[in-house]
Amino acid sequence: MVKFLPLREAVAENLHDGDTVAFEGFTHLIPTAAAHEAIRQGFRDLTLIRMTPDLIYDQMIGMGMAKKIIFSYVGNPGVGLLRRARDAIENGFPRSIEVEEHSHAGMANAYEAGAAGLPCAVFRGYRGAGLASVNPNIKSVTCPFTGEALAAVPAIRPDVTFVHAQKADRKGNVLVEGIIGIQKEAVLAAKRAVVTVEEVVDNFDDLHPNLTVLPSWTIAAISVVPGGSHPSYTHGYYERDNAAYLEWDEIAADRDRFQAWMQKNVIESSADDFASRVEHLRKAA
Amino acid sequence: MSDTKDLGFSPNEMMTIAASRALKSDDVCFVGIGAPSAACNVARLTHAPDITLIYESGTIGTAPDVLPLSIGDGELCETAVTTVAVPEMFRYWLQGGRISIGFLGAAQLDKFGNINTTVIGDYAHPKTRLPGGGGAPEIATSSRQVYITMAQSKRGMVEKIDFFTSFGHGEGGDHRRRLGINTAGPTLLITDLAIWKPDPVTKEFTVVSLHPGVSREQVQETCGWIVKFAEALDETTPPTELELKTLRDLQARTKAAHQGTAKGKAA
Repeated sequence: MVKFLPLREAVAENLHDGDTVAFEGFTHLIPTAAAHEAIRQGFRDLTLIRMTPDLIYDQMIGMGMAKKIIFSYVGNPGVGLLRRARDAIENGFPRSIEVEEHSHAGMANAYEAGAAGLPCAVFRGYRGAGLASVNPNIKSVTCPFTGEALAAVPAIRPDVTFVHAQKADRKGNVLVEGIIGIQKEAVLAAKRAVVTVEEVVDNFDDLHPNLTVLPSWTIAAISVVPGGSHPSYTHGYYERDNAAYLEWDEIAADRDRFQAWMQKNVIESSADDFASRVEHLRKAA
Repeated sequence: MSDTKDLGFSPNEMMTIAASRALKSDDVCFVGIGAPSAACNVARLTHAPDITLIYESGTIGTAPDVLPLSIGDGELCETAVTTVAVPEMFRYWLQGGRISIGFLGAAQLDKFGNINTTVIGDYAHPKTRLPGGGGAPEIATSSRQVYITMAQSKRGMVEKIDFFTSFGHGEGGDHRRRLGINTAGPTLLITDLAIWKPDPVTKEFTVVSLHPGVSREQVQETCGWIVKFAEALDETTPPTELELKTLRDLQARTKAAHQGTAKGKAA
């Protein structure tokens, strides 16, 4: 049964040292508040999975929490590089990390296979691509009907997935809308899922019947964290804080400035601070 | 450029506008972020109003008022015909053969249209770790054609790329066919100095048109391989007033929005 919990407890109950964890969000609905709570609780030796490990994985890697990342785009979208991740990959600072790199198509198919309970995903991909020769988890299979050579990658099955979403009803069903990304697959592929939401409403009776709703029984815990995806955004609630993404490039460029920023904005902050961070990004009704 | 004349437009503006002209209203274009995104939206706002623009975040038929900073800005979803999940995007729409043009940028490019956005140096011990491929490896092979746009530099246009993020024409000739890739691959390269097309047989990119005021020497000085020029070399038509105004207005709106100075804009 899904539990409504304060974020601190939801993270403590569901994440453990050494876990394979996905904090998903394809630019939209990134679970920043949950990631920051994980940083405050100081987990170690995590295997971090995400298609687009942007600021939150830059932060977790910079804090030395990751032993491995599985990803398909390790950049600050539209801005440039992830400087803490680079420091770890290029210089082993603050620790060396193992890298398993895919394409978006590879990761998306692997999540879908995880949600579908399959051992691997099969698709037309990686043809002529260098990744196939540096990532031993990219293999080839032959279609038994046509003889076509296709790519195969192992399914993604996180121990726990964290996502952010618009809202839950009182029963704990969760609505995801807008750029839905890989949220549904990441939740269904995981052993446990934790969702942060902007708000809880009485019921979903007036929703269009084909919207993306995660039934309560697919989720372990829900935490209400208004603004919880900042500086990403929540469609219908507040806009992406593009200025913060631009600013991050400078913060993360310097090891000391990064540490000072993390101390002030993560270690000494709490989930309650997110609401005020999105005030200026809420659209005038 | 060393001897820049005041033509009333910059080389980058010429690049974006020349790229926009290659797109048609009936194209279904998978849009890379950055220079491709600007070109695709200028096309949509000028001569190709019905073009279908698709971003890998799942937004199909989007018509943003400002250029997105990321491939997943809210503007893309709000103006799209429909927004689908990322697995569906890659499985049904790209792999399914629905994309006519994949429009990519490049950090490193070779003369056969192979692209590197993964690492500078050795993969296991990179000198510079770049963001990686994202959607590009499959965009490059599943789109019916690929257009590439980038500003020229000796660092960017190299004889040999450090990593094959996205496969173009490989070693040239029929290399794509030999790998079982049945799409055309890179058919057009638009830089800030010239328009290039692959040789029909060797598949090596060849300059077919110089932008106004650009010399052959300038193209060679900013390119890391020995440049081939077509026998009948055209001069690119300069930007029209409408094209320039459309691009500049778009960039001004974009800058205001991304710096957070457009907070009062109507929802």
